[in-house]
Formats: sequence, structure tokens, C-alpha cells
Amino acid sequence: MVEEKKEPKKFSLPKLPSFSFKDFRLKTQVGKSMFRHGYSDDEKDRAMTVLTNVFFHLHPVRVRKSGARFGFTWCAGGLSFFVFLTLVVSGILLMFYYRPTVEYAYNDIVAMREHVPFGIMRELHRWGAHAMIITVWLHMFRVFMTGSYKPPREFNWVVGVILLVLTMLLSFTGYLLPWDQLAMWAITVGSNMARATPFFGHEGPGAALLMLGDIPLVHAGSDVRFALLGGRFVGAAALLRFYILHCVAIPVAVVILMAVHFWRIRKDGGISAPL
Amino acid sequence: MITWLGFAWTVFAAATVAALSTTLRFMFPNVLFEPKTSFKIGSPDTYELGKVDTRWEDKYGVWIIRSPEGIYALSTVCTHLGCKPSWMDSEQKFKCPCHGSGFYKSGINFEGPAPRPLERFSISLADDGQILVDKSKKFQYEKGEWSNPLSLLAV
Repeated sequence: MVEEKKEPKKFSLPKLPSFSFKDFRLKTQVGKSMFRHGYSDDEKDRAMTVLTNVFFHLHPVRVRKSGARFGFTWCAGGLSFFVFLTLVVSGILLMFYYRPTVEYAYNDIVAMREHVPFGIMRELHRWGAHAMIITVWLHMFRVFMTGSYKPPREFNWVVGVILLVLTMLLSFTGYLLPWDQLAMWAITVGSNMARATPFFGHEGPGAALLMLGDIPLVHAGSDVRFALLGGRFVGAAALLRFYILHCVAIPVAVVILMAVHFWRIRKDGGISAPL
Repeated sequence: MITWLGFAWTVFAAATVAALSTTLRFMFPNVLFEPKTSFKIGSPDTYELGKVDTRWEDKYGVWIIRSPEGIYALSTVCTHLGCKPSWMDSEQKFKCPCHGSGFYKSGINFEGPAPRPLERFSISLADDGQILVDKSKKFQYEKGEWSNPLSLLAV
């Protein structure tokens, strides 16, 4: 009998289970259910990637090379959106520590700086608010200077103007929340302007015409300023109202209009070309 | 001829209008937790001659001043943009911190952007001998209303 020669076994690492993202995407049911497009980088798949994603589909499928150039757009609209997202995140975090009542508001703001971990969060929110005002104005300036408001984009310009106003209203309502002397008197001065609203403000033109016999319909207790402040002066009701407007009402309107704004860029033919 | 579809649209439109007007009305509170506009502030002899009394400025928004002619109630609302000036006793003037308007003890403006004097409120004696101030009646100097007997309580 010949003894079988045993070859010495070579050492090898145990085989690790291999994972291929491509296989996951194209072969498993989970992967196929999540993505509706292929995996190649041909024209069709790249278009499908954009069209079948709820977030991407607001964007144009194609962007002109000139339109993607930083010098043409300044990326001001994109920056505005990015800053808005940071404001949403930091704002939600601040809501965990802030109570919009006369008793607590100012102390909570001080505590955010003194006791809350990462006291810079409030500053981030504040700087972000300043930055968003700047980027939104830059965006508007760029759109104006490149003539991008012209047909067929005139409707999107109007949506943008509303977004500009809402951005400033977000700043205005957020201004009151620290509940210090600056906040108090800035909002007092600011909301006094609403007194002079035609017909709706009790000191505005036309308000005196709205009489029922000799009873004025529009007075200090029934005009548009009263509805805004929930009272005759800036007090507890105004603080709560501005908080709700700042954290819920205006952001919801802004998000809806932003979706329309982005979607209209696509529908109006993508980013405009240089003239 | 009323169609069912037209009827349905009418009901829908009416419900929408009702919901929107209800929402609008909801924003106007029925009860305010604000200080009363008409209030009593003690008897006249608790107010010193020539002094600006600031004890009611936070609660009711009035300064009570006793001059040789009588007692008057000045509004603490600056006539420029509505901030609250402070009484500077050493300089004998009301000074607004927002934009620097200045007012004499009488309420007349003399410096800064304020376009007109501070307003005075109705002041009278109640039956129990206390001073009664009514902020719902205001008297403006530039309209010649400071000659109204209710704007000054002679003592």
C-alpha cells in the first residue's frame, strides 16, 4: 500500500459573508421594492433615479451645464434651502428647552446659554436666521439680474416673493421669543405698524368709515393688530401667538411653497440659461 | 332648475365659508387678561405736589402728576412708535429708550422724533374720595383737548 501523501494545508482566512449592494438592489425583494430604477449610469437610469424619488422628482431631471455653474446661480437658492434645514433642526432642538410663557421664556433663553449642553445651539439658530435673510436676498438679486423671472417663470417669481415675505415674518416672530427688552419693544414698534393697515387697522385709512350707527366696527379691540397680538398690547397672549406662528404656522406654509417653488423650476424648463 | 350637483356645491361652499369665518373669529378672544382700563388709585393727598408718581406705570401704564393746577394722568406710551419712556428725576424729563424722544413733566415733547405730546387720560374723583382714572377716554394736547375738565383734577 502506498501511503497517501498529505499536502500540508495552506492557511487561509475564514470566508466572510460577502455583501454586494448591487445584488441587494437588483436581486432581493427588499432592494427591488425600495428602488424603481436600474443600477447602470446610462441616460435612462439616471433620469429614472430622479423621477422615481419623491425628493429628487421636484428637481429637473437635467440641469444645463451653464445652470450648474456657481458663477451663474451663486447657489443662493440652494444655500437658502440648506440654511432653512439647519434652522428646522436647531429650532426643533430649542423647542425641547423653551416654554413660551411670560414666567419662563426669558429664563429658558438664558438657561440655553448657561446650562443646556451645546449652548451654541441657540446662536446657531440666530446666525442661521440672519444667514437665511442674506441668502434669500442674494437669490432674489441673482434671479433678477439674470432675468430668470421672465416668462415662463413669472409665476415662480411670485411664489418666491411670498417666500421672501414669509422668511422675514419668521424672523419677526422669532424676534419676540427671547422676551427681553429688545424683543418686547421691537415687536411693540413693529406691530404698531399694523394699526395703520387700510380698513383693518383702527388707525388706518378707511377704518373710520366702517361704522354701525355710531359704533365703530374697527377699534383697538377688533382690528388686525388685535388678532395678531391676541390683546391690546404685547403680552402673554402675543408671546404664545408668535411662538405658534414661528414654530408651526409659518414653517408649514414655507415648506409647502418651497415644494411648489422647486417643482416649478423643473416644470418651467429647469434653471434658466445665461442670456 | 336646481341640480343635485349644484346643490352639493352650494352646501360645500357654505360649509367652507362657515369654517373659514369661524376660524377667523376664533382668533379674537372674548376675555382679555389685561389690566382694567378704568381704575381707582387712592385719594389725592397721597400724591406729592410737583412729583411724578410712577407707582402705577407697570400695572396700568399711567404716570400721575400733581401740579399746582391739579392732578393729571399721563399715558406711558411714547407718541413716536409706542415704546415706554422712563421718568428721569434728575433731568426732570421723560426719556424714551427706543429712539430718544424727550417729554417735559407736562407731557409736551421737546426732543427726539416724537411728533406730539403724550396723551392724558380722563381723571376724576369717585364717590368714595378716591381718584378714578379712565383710560378709554384720552385727551390730546394738539387737538386742544387738555382744556377739557376731565383731563385735569383740580385739588
